[in-house]
Amino acid sequence: MFVSAEARAPCFKGFTLITPAVSVGNVGQLAADLIISTLDMVRAGHFHTDCLIPMAGNNPYSSGEEDAALLSTNAEVYCRSDLQLAVLQIRTPILPTKMKSFRKTLVSWIKTSGFSRTVLLSSCHAHHRDDQQLLSSPLRYLLTPALRGDAEGTEGTEGTLQSLGWREMERVSAFPGVTDSDRQRLYIPGGGITKALYNDCCSENMSMAVLLLFCSEGDNVPDAFTLVNHLNDWLHLLDKPVQGSVPWRSPSSWRLLFGSGVPPMIF
Amino acid sequence: MATFFGEVLSVYSRAVEEDDYDDVEEENEEDLQIRREIEEKREVHIRWCPEVSKAVESSEKLQCSDLIIAVGPNAAGFVSAYILKSEGWTQVGWVSLWNERSRGSTRPDTAPLPGEPGCVFYQQKSCPSVLICQCTCYIAEDQLFQWAEKVLGSMQSRGLTVTVLSDSPLAEYKTPHYMNGNATPFLRALKTSTFTENLPCPLLEQPNIITGLPAAVLNQCQVQQLPAVLFQCFSDVIHPDSVTMETYKPALSSLRKQVKLETSPNMEILQKLTRVNDAHSNLYT
Repeated sequence: MFVSAEARAPCFKGFTLITPAVSVGNVGQLAADLIISTLDMVRAGHFHTDCLIPMAGNNPYSSGEEDAALLSTNAEVYCRSDLQLAVLQIRTPILPTKMKSFRKTLVSWIKTSGFSRTVLLSSCHAHHRDDQQLLSSPLRYLLTPALRGDAEGTEGTEGTLQSLGWREMERVSAFPGVTDSDRQRLYIPGGGITKALYNDCCSENMSMAVLLLFCSEGDNVPDAFTLVNHLNDWLHLLDKPVQGSVPWRSPSSWRLLFGSGVPPMIF
Repeated sequence: MATFFGEVLSVYSRAVEEDDYDDVEEENEEDLQIRREIEEKREVHIRWCPEVSKAVESSEKLQCSDLIIAVGPNAAGFVSAYILKSEGWTQVGWVSLWNERSRGSTRPDTAPLPGEPGCVFYQQKSCPSVLICQCTCYIAEDQLFQWAEKVLGSMQSRGLTVTVLSDSPLAEYKTPHYMNGNATPFLRALKTSTFTENLPCPLLEQPNIITGLPAAVLNQCQVQQLPAVLFQCFSDVIHPDSVTMETYKPALSSLRKQVKLETSPNMEILQKLTRVNDAHSNLYT
């Protein structure tokens, strides 16, 4: 259930929604953090649901003492009306028994809000790649039929992505080695609800793009930058400088990722 | 995971399960039935004593100006030793729930006995608008949301202020400086947007977060626009102890009129609570 922060509910008609899948290395969530922080997005409301583990903290994007005192919850919606952009940030894992119910809630909210398209930022276990995948770029995409054929420019979203040199996520054989079976299936290990949500959106005729990165767990901050730069090539959220990389701003809550300060006496 | 030195560590993996949700899609009627039964068994119920339930029935919601929720051994101990021992506090209700670690629901219609883990509501005869909930049992992750929703849903939200007292180990507190034992225990606060009173302690700094029941209650208060504040105590003592309990004293300073704090803790209670600290059998005792 979406609960608006203001008395008047915001209108998301025609907006692009970016949301992470809680997946291996939390790459999607980290990338969403970068977008919210860099674009100074405003909190539009909370996504209040019983499907996520509760969590609370102060403003994760605070720049100083003044804006630190703002209770943030496990799932919140941020928006920038001038860019027609909204981000649903999810900060905790989905309860294993409520995966289905969460997808249902999410799909119905996306439909009723009138988003023109949804971009799901996700990741997939790097150790599950096949030989061909190992040799190519670690980034993949998936488009639902509704988005594949839409009219972005003259060539459609698929054409745009193809011209950027993006690769679609390969389907793998359901029974490898059995030659007379040609059943192909989508295989996204470590992707959380990615595959199921993608299938839901396909059957509901919704416009969704999935952006995937093959990665392993560890310090996944570099992976988040890779994914968000890749997304920026398509959506142009931020202008790319002639030299150097896009100046993404890490949120203040990324401090101390590796624990507190060490006792000075040990040196 | 076993380390180089052979200790076995329970490492929490951030990776989600493998691609096994296909199976969940293909469940049959029997699976669904089992799922429903488990869900029913894990449901959270609030039970009120006869006098209170009458009042609840007549106006549908419980009239209450302040709800104090104490979660964790130190917070619960503080409430026992400083507040509940004074005259007039009686048990008016409890939350009955079942999970792997709290099997209270074998007797869902009887209140937890004194000393038994559980979530119990207390009220004072002279000032019935203040309700204290002392929570000492384990509440599973999937029950937290329901707990907060049901408890807050049973109360009249107009004019209600929620105060949560909770504790956690110092090891979970992140700070760029090294924390030595001199500064502990200490309080940190977290408040909802509608809470405007002055705080007796600093706010919880990023990147620190809270989880569990306090987080569920704050989330619920935030979306219901109820003024709520959490006081989280960070302590470096593993077991409940009197120094940590005393830290909560300033947290209730704004409720001075309604809740009378004893100047010194009830020794009998304190001894009972902190007995786990004692060395039970060593060479010298």
